[in-house]
Amino acid sequence: MTMLDTPLTGRVEGPQGPDHHPDHHHASPTPIGFWIYLMSDCIIFASLFAAYAVLGNNFAGGPGPKDLFEPGFVLAETALLLISSVTFGVAMLKADKHDMDATTMWLVITGLFGAGFIGMELYEFNHLIHIGAGPDRSGFLSAFFLLVGTHGLHVTFGLVWLCVMIAQIRMKGMIPANMQRLATLSMFWHFLDLVWIGVFSFVYLVRLI
Amino acid sequence: MATEAHVQAPETWSPIFGRLTLDWIPYHEPILVGTFSAIVLGGIAAVLLMTYFKLWGPLWRDWITSVDHKKIGIMYMVLGFIMFIRGFADALMMRAQQAMAAGGAEGYLPPHHYDQVFTAHGVIMIFFVAMAFITGIMNFVMPTQIGARDVAFPFLNNFSFWMTVAGALLVNISLFIGEFARVGWLAFPPLSGSAFSSGPGVDYYLWALQIAGVGTTLSGVNLLATIFKMRAKGMKLFDMPVFTWTTLCTNVLIVAAFPVLTATLTMLTLDRYLDFHFFTNDLGGNAMMYVNLIWIWGHPEVYILILPIFGVFSEIVQTFSGKPLFGYKTMVWATACIMVLSFVVWLHHFFTMGSGANVNTFFGITTMIIAVPTGVKVFNWLFTMYKGRVQFEVPMLWTTGFIVTFAIGGMTGVLLAVPPVDFQLHNTLFLIAHFHNVIIGGVVFGVYAAVTFWWPKAFGFKLDDKWGRRTFWFWCVGFYFAFMPLYALGLMGVTRRLQSYMDQAWQIYFIIAAFGAVLIACGIACGFINFAVSILRRKELACGNDPWNARTLDWATQSPPANYNFPQDIVVSGRDYFWKMKQDGFKWSTNYSDIHMPNNTATGVIVAAMALVFGFAMIWYIWWLAAISFIGMIATVIAHTFNYNQDHWIPAAKVAETEAKGEVA
Repeated sequence: MTMLDTPLTGRVEGPQGPDHHPDHHHASPTPIGFWIYLMSDCIIFASLFAAYAVLGNNFAGGPGPKDLFEPGFVLAETALLLISSVTFGVAMLKADKHDMDATTMWLVITGLFGAGFIGMELYEFNHLIHIGAGPDRSGFLSAFFLLVGTHGLHVTFGLVWLCVMIAQIRMKGMIPANMQRLATLSMFWHFLDLVWIGVFSFVYLVRLI
Repeated sequence: MATEAHVQAPETWSPIFGRLTLDWIPYHEPILVGTFSAIVLGGIAAVLLMTYFKLWGPLWRDWITSVDHKKIGIMYMVLGFIMFIRGFADALMMRAQQAMAAGGAEGYLPPHHYDQVFTAHGVIMIFFVAMAFITGIMNFVMPTQIGARDVAFPFLNNFSFWMTVAGALLVNISLFIGEFARVGWLAFPPLSGSAFSSGPGVDYYLWALQIAGVGTTLSGVNLLATIFKMRAKGMKLFDMPVFTWTTLCTNVLIVAAFPVLTATLTMLTLDRYLDFHFFTNDLGGNAMMYVNLIWIWGHPEVYILILPIFGVFSEIVQTFSGKPLFGYKTMVWATACIMVLSFVVWLHHFFTMGSGANVNTFFGITTMIIAVPTGVKVFNWLFTMYKGRVQFEVPMLWTTGFIVTFAIGGMTGVLLAVPPVDFQLHNTLFLIAHFHNVIIGGVVFGVYAAVTFWWPKAFGFKLDDKWGRRTFWFWCVGFYFAFMPLYALGLMGVTRRLQSYMDQAWQIYFIIAAFGAVLIACGIACGFINFAVSILRRKELACGNDPWNARTLDWATQSPPANYNFPQDIVVSGRDYFWKMKQDGFKWSTNYSDIHMPNNTATGVIVAAMALVFGFAMIWYIWWLAAISFIGMIATVIAHTFNYNQDHWIPAAKVAETEAKGEVA
């Protein structure tokens, strides 16, 4: 049959046109399913934030936030990620108009900003480990590396997904299944933005005051 | 100790085999060699039989790659019963050891082995028996109760199941390659940290639970989306059967609690693998943070196990009392209250941490409050039976056994909720008796009740009545013999997890408990004999689609249900809708139309197999294999997303044919 991301349901607009088919009275469960998944992911981050709150002052004689964090650097990192959310928004607007080329272009731009963010994070991690402030130095640094690293892993995963998405759009076009996938990826990307705002505020900003 | 010497293989590492060496194969342990031989012989026999009867094809096509929620549910039950044998064997070994090892006697299990046994018992019984059972029942029953054709994400369902299996396999592999953890079922650091547990045991524990945990979380997301989006037309939330309500609340708990477990175990993993300091004694770690985090998952977990069982008993009580459930709405609200309250009681597991009188008081009171909605439920069941025409079929027998046993377990729980009492009883056998009292009296009795109740729906014939009653009486009496002595021992101050003890006055209690365990073993045997006898006599035991005169939509299907469940969409108005349909003389229309169904897929089992290899490689530090299997998993999932043909239509003619067959049967 036609292309359904989630069998059984989803709106089908194939040659048979069974959108009004008696067997199809359910709206697609994918959005709510993905929302529920994001909420569970949110709780993983909540646990990591909690660990950071508990261990955040356990320096064990090692360096603390003021010795390690550079506000300008983190601000640039944050800007890259926030801008990538805006560009994803533009991609969605283009997708709504079924403009495949423009959508692809904006997704590529989004990916570049995301990659820039990951690049900066890797540079920061490498730098910290290099100066002896790796995760094995203290409880504070363990919690820092895990929280920020988990977010980074999510963004990396988002980048992989973005590449797959672009390939699928180019191969299959702006079909309903792809539109749904795009909307889901967009939710994921904005969610990571939101988590980063938490990281930026509670991990970096508050500790620099 | 002499026994410790051979457990600790020398720490060597080779690029090909990681830290896995021949020293880790326990060929000098007669118990393990015997078990291994039995499993290998049994395995060979199974393979030969399968080949002889040409069952490999059907097994692969109809079961392993199936996305049908009913078949996945049944496979969860099979997994649960298989792991139950393993977990119960561990229990028998512990009972035998403690019955023997008094007054300086060492028994037959050295400490390093005994410690693995009690750890494996707890881990297996909770994660791979109880969780498998309740997930299986929810999968099998819930979609049909809401008039759906399948769950929201059928492929994900298959994948979740196989991830659970991968975790279970890892635990079993640890029996023959290396060792299992010796740290108790929740693996508290610093004992479970690399400083005190350097072997692969804790790593088996961590990776088995992480891999199975992925499955559990995704299954929670899946079942929630199913309830929210796949209900039959017209079915409001307050029209849902109580079992569906408890499934809803359970999966909210799963989705909210399991991520905490994932995060906590990740932290312990990083402590062990990369020298992080979350829970270490030095460099700013905090071991009590682990205890807090793990119980923030752990307490909701016990309600994850019991809530669906409350639903099972609600369905059974109303069916066999021949009247609607008493206090449907209070039942729903009680379930919802328990769901919320279960997140604010976790600290009662460690009042002895010393967080002060105020904190302990708060958690003591919340713990006592959570007993109130549970009490509401008990009274609802009793009032449903009151003035009903109660039929004491086997499921009803389990239900009455449950109400009595669970009430006792609940009351000892309220005793433990009093902090000063808990200071005396913390980590004693009183606690062990308490939670076995609620988990056996609740979950295990409930699973047997559910299996007896829904077996006719799954297979088209009832279970044998006589063997069902034998199963119940052995279990029920056996339970009291096995655990009442432990309450007494706990009050005498006997702590849990003792490999041997000096005071010979305790021995008689342990011997009585061991006798109880033997009775339970008879109960388990009767249960399996029941399956065998009933399958052999299936022609005689064949029953219609609605053998118990039930009230909910799950009984409106054929027995066994066609893979699409319902030939036409149902429009629901009101509660206990199947009862109303029967009153109205409902008949399916013969005007069938095409039905839209998902395709089977092998992706789930392939990815889970790679996850198993990945876990094994991580446990043994075989980095190249870990990298390959990880990349393999990602690549397989990505490849799966390029397959846009994941569903098909069953033509109306085929539906008509299937329905005609069902009517004859």
